Amino acid sequence: MLKSVQSLAEQAVGTPQISIFLSMDASNDEVAHIGKQLKQHASINQVKFVPRDQALEQLKQTTGLTDVIGGLAQNPLPDAYVIYPKYLMHKRWKRCAMNLKKWPKIEYVQLDSAWARKLEAMLKFGLLAVLILAVLLSFALIAVTFNTIRLQILTQREEIEVSKLIGATNAFIRRPFLYFGLLQGLLGGATAWFIITISLRLLNNSLSELTHLYASSFTLHLPSIGDSSILLLLSAYLGWLGAWLSVAQHLWQIEPR
Amino acid sequence: MIQFSQICKRYPGGYEALKNVSFEIAEGEMIFLTGHSGAGKSTLLKLIAAIERPNSGSIVVKGQNVSSIKGGALPYLRRNLGLIFQDHKILFDRSVFDNVMLPLQICGFDHRESAKRVRAALDKVGLLKREKNNPIGLSGGEQQRLCIARAIVNRPSILLADEPTGNLDKDYASDIMGIFKSFHQVGVTLLISSHDESILRQFKGRVLALKMGSYAHEKLADITYPRVVVYPAPFSHHTAIQPAKHSGDRHCTQLAGRHVFNA
Repeated sequence: MLKSVQSLAEQAVGTPQISIFLSMDASNDEVAHIGKQLKQHASINQVKFVPRDQALEQLKQTTGLTDVIGGLAQNPLPDAYVIYPKYLMHKRWKRCAMNLKKWPKIEYVQLDSAWARKLEAMLKFGLLAVLILAVLLSFALIAVTFNTIRLQILTQREEIEVSKLIGATNAFIRRPFLYFGLLQGLLGGATAWFIITISLRLLNNSLSELTHLYASSFTLHLPSIGDSSILLLLSAYLGWLGAWLSVAQHLWQIEPR
Repeated sequence: MIQFSQICKRYPGGYEALKNVSFEIAEGEMIFLTGHSGAGKSTLLKLIAAIERPNSGSIVVKGQNVSSIKGGALPYLRRNLGLIFQDHKILFDRSVFDNVMLPLQICGFDHRESAKRVRAALDKVGLLKREKNNPIGLSGGEQQRLCIARAIVNRPSILLADEPTGNLDKDYASDIMGIFKSFHQVGVTLLISSHDESILRQFKGRVLALKMGSYAHEKLADITYPRVVVYPAPFSHHTAIQPAKHSGDRHCTQLAGRHVFNA
């Protein structure tokens, strides 16, 4: 889910961009001149020109305010350049934006990334929180398997003892417990996968209704094959690890007397 | 086959179960281990199977020094031994057949081959008809025989039995002794602990007597075993278990002293 939001944010943020709005009275020559200068600027990677007519057209299309805009006597929008700086360092392109502001015929320079950065920071925070939660849950899984295997070992104490007496190696005794832990982890992982998939599908259903009303399309990604296999492998491994720890802890205590 | 030299075993808490015990058992011998409860019979058997470790001295079983055996080699030592326990140690969560199957599973035998062996072992102890039963329904004697079947299914060269006739009536006991004798005939080395005089009386072989763990002596019960091994006896006032008086060719050797060997 976080991944979905993150990819949405990446679409929005992508690389940092700066919008430069020219003053309304700038002539075509002046606009072209600024464009040329921007292209030559050392710290700018890419320059995109958005003419005022096109901007109006876009506004009409995306917001559904056709009537309102149609009622306007003239285009209220200025020509604009969207530039993509070469550097990702926030401080550097902030300085760059400040310089641009001083250029003639430039009305306003907007760092588009300010809100995106906030979102990004929040997402990072969310990701970290989720990671911490995942680590905690992993420990929980290990602890649960540890305990389950412990009980299993205690109930099969007699069998273990007899097996040791008639020549079972530790590996032989350990094996079924490790398999059990592995299977337990795998089942846990599979259950988690089903819950995630089903809830994402449910969310997507109601989300598509919602986004339809807002005339956009946004869906939560279902876990990919790669993600799913990582989930299953990791949970199986954690189950195995819990079992291994438990067996290592308890098996030596059971020595035949 | 089995060689004890100057074995001492002290349990935590200071109880001395065995003190300076030395003896040797040849391949194919059938030997009785006798002595009162607490004389150290069980301890001696446990030492051979490395269930307990001696505090000093060395035990050599089939050329392998058991007293210093590493954990990893232990299972392979035990696969050469058939252990018969006083308390049977039968698993009640599986059938008679599966109980006997366990040692073969542990050794990783092929299933069909091991099923054959299990049936052969069960037939030997007369439990073939009960193979599908749960051992909980078996009588004490039958459980003991099941334990024997489990011990022999692996065809070990040494069989150790701890009070195999412990809580059994005479008929069952002589049944089981008959089974042991048949193993002896096919060359298995047997060490049987018992305090049952009536069984000892029927037996013609070496008898190893332990008294209070602190000394051991040996009755030479059969002329075919001329070797006499005498164990250091710290007490001079010991009383030995007398050999059965009616068997004329038996005599008892007891000596208080150190390392006296006759041949």
